[in-house]
Amino acid sequence: MAWTTFPFAQTNTDIGGTIAKLLTGIGLPAELALVLGLLTPMLVVVLSVLTGVIMAVWGERNWSGRMQQRWGPTIIGLGGSIQGAADGLKLLVKEDIMPVKADPWLFTLGPAIVIIPVFFSYLVIPFGQGMILSDISIGIFFIIAISSISPIGALMAGYSSNNKYALLGGLRAAAQSLSYEIPLALSVLAVVMMSSSLGTTEIVRQQEPLGIFSWYIWRQPIGFIIFLISALAETERAPFDLPEAESELVAGHHTEYSGMKFALFYLSEYANLILASLMASVLFLGGWSFPIPVEMIAKFAGIDPTTPVFQVGAALLGITVTILKATFFVFLAILARWTLPRVRIDQLLNLGWKFLLPVALFNLLLTATFIQGYRSFFGG
Amino acid sequence: MPYRLATPEHSLDATQIREAVSSTTMGYTEEVLWTSQNAVFVLSGYDAVLIFLLLSTAVPILALSLSKLIRPKGASAFKETTYESGIDPRGDSWIQFNIRYYMFALVFVVFDVETVFLYPWAAAFNQLGLLAFVEALIFIAILVIALVYAWRKGALEWT
Repeated sequence: MAWTTFPFAQTNTDIGGTIAKLLTGIGLPAELALVLGLLTPMLVVVLSVLTGVIMAVWGERNWSGRMQQRWGPTIIGLGGSIQGAADGLKLLVKEDIMPVKADPWLFTLGPAIVIIPVFFSYLVIPFGQGMILSDISIGIFFIIAISSISPIGALMAGYSSNNKYALLGGLRAAAQSLSYEIPLALSVLAVVMMSSSLGTTEIVRQQEPLGIFSWYIWRQPIGFIIFLISALAETERAPFDLPEAESELVAGHHTEYSGMKFALFYLSEYANLILASLMASVLFLGGWSFPIPVEMIAKFAGIDPTTPVFQVGAALLGITVTILKATFFVFLAILARWTLPRVRIDQLLNLGWKFLLPVALFNLLLTATFIQGYRSFFGG
Repeated sequence: MPYRLATPEHSLDATQIREAVSSTTMGYTEEVLWTSQNAVFVLSGYDAVLIFLLLSTAVPILALSLSKLIRPKGASAFKETTYESGIDPRGDSWIQFNIRYYMFALVFVVFDVETVFLYPWAAAFNQLGLLAFVEALIFIAILVIALVYAWRKGALEWT
């Protein structure tokens, strides 16, 4: 207990409240101002996710290009950076083809059900000190629960297409996310146990006091690796991209999709990747916390940490650090995709059930034992 | 420790909750209004959950309806056939089909319920003491036996 609550007072930002206050200041009715105060940060997050997806697509295409000794996109935008946006725009005006034999309702509902939980999960991701859409006390549990809805959409898409490739892809998507959800949840559980909180903000706060040394990666190395592997599998990225394995299943569950519906699948894949990266940085790399605690920097530089200028600076630093950490994990995923060969479905299931699950259970018990034994060090 | 609601600085006890409820029904007090985390529902932060759910639902709806307005219509019959690597599709894919993942799904249910039970235990682990640790140990041990059983029975085999 002692050292994690160590040195400095926490500051609290209430962005929604501040916006609401400003809006009432210019003469809007209180209720409307309140709703707008809640809505503005949400719209900012949704737009940021879309921008993030465009950047991730650019990063992926650029890096894969370099790894294969070609350039990747270079024409649209600075160094091809808004190629993703251009592709999205193109897909918006593309014809929507639905096979006559498909089930029209499920076919349309599939991509929607895939993408809604992905966006919804961003609700509890803290981007900085107090910069979270809703700091509900069950944050991490919320993400785990909500994100397991997406595979239903994939299954729906696969089944409704009435296409053999799509059906196999949909079933694989379901099996894969079932198998890796348990190791993922168990590795998160060990972190929850150490911070004795399910709230994402609280988990990051527990990792703040000593900067880089109090990040959970040092105290949860096994959990970290389990989380990385399972998250890669949950996001259906290579080497675990069996649901859409293009060399065997054409495009898996979205074989029959075109136009905007395909774009939704594509968008959700990358939004999910960014979400997983953000989660990894919140759980194991201390979220918004800079390697050296900002209050400590202020102390050495002789600045009062309560001055507005310092507060704004610290908040900006927090967002930057969060994004940089997430970018690191996105980069890792891109690297893995273009380096490692795809596993077979039986290898995938074996890895999940016969290796990761026992190891995750063992890690959980190990953490519990360590908390019993070294409470001041492990028990947040 | 009293039952803790969402934000750490708002740990309310029962009377305070009742007060908060009455203050929201009788018109907003200054404090209840300005902490946006605490505005509509007593369980703070859940008003944002509802609004964000609506917003994330709006994303696909907006995208699909916008595309419906501007995209070209009228695909030909050839385009609307099922894709099967360029040849004419043979048969339906809605057939009786051996779902090999069925056993995995069954085992999954067991372990997922286990994880759900373990979440409150883990979140309160620091306050529970040694007895809860031993209890969870027994709980997990039973499930490990179940896993070993399923494993030896071949439920985790891809055959």
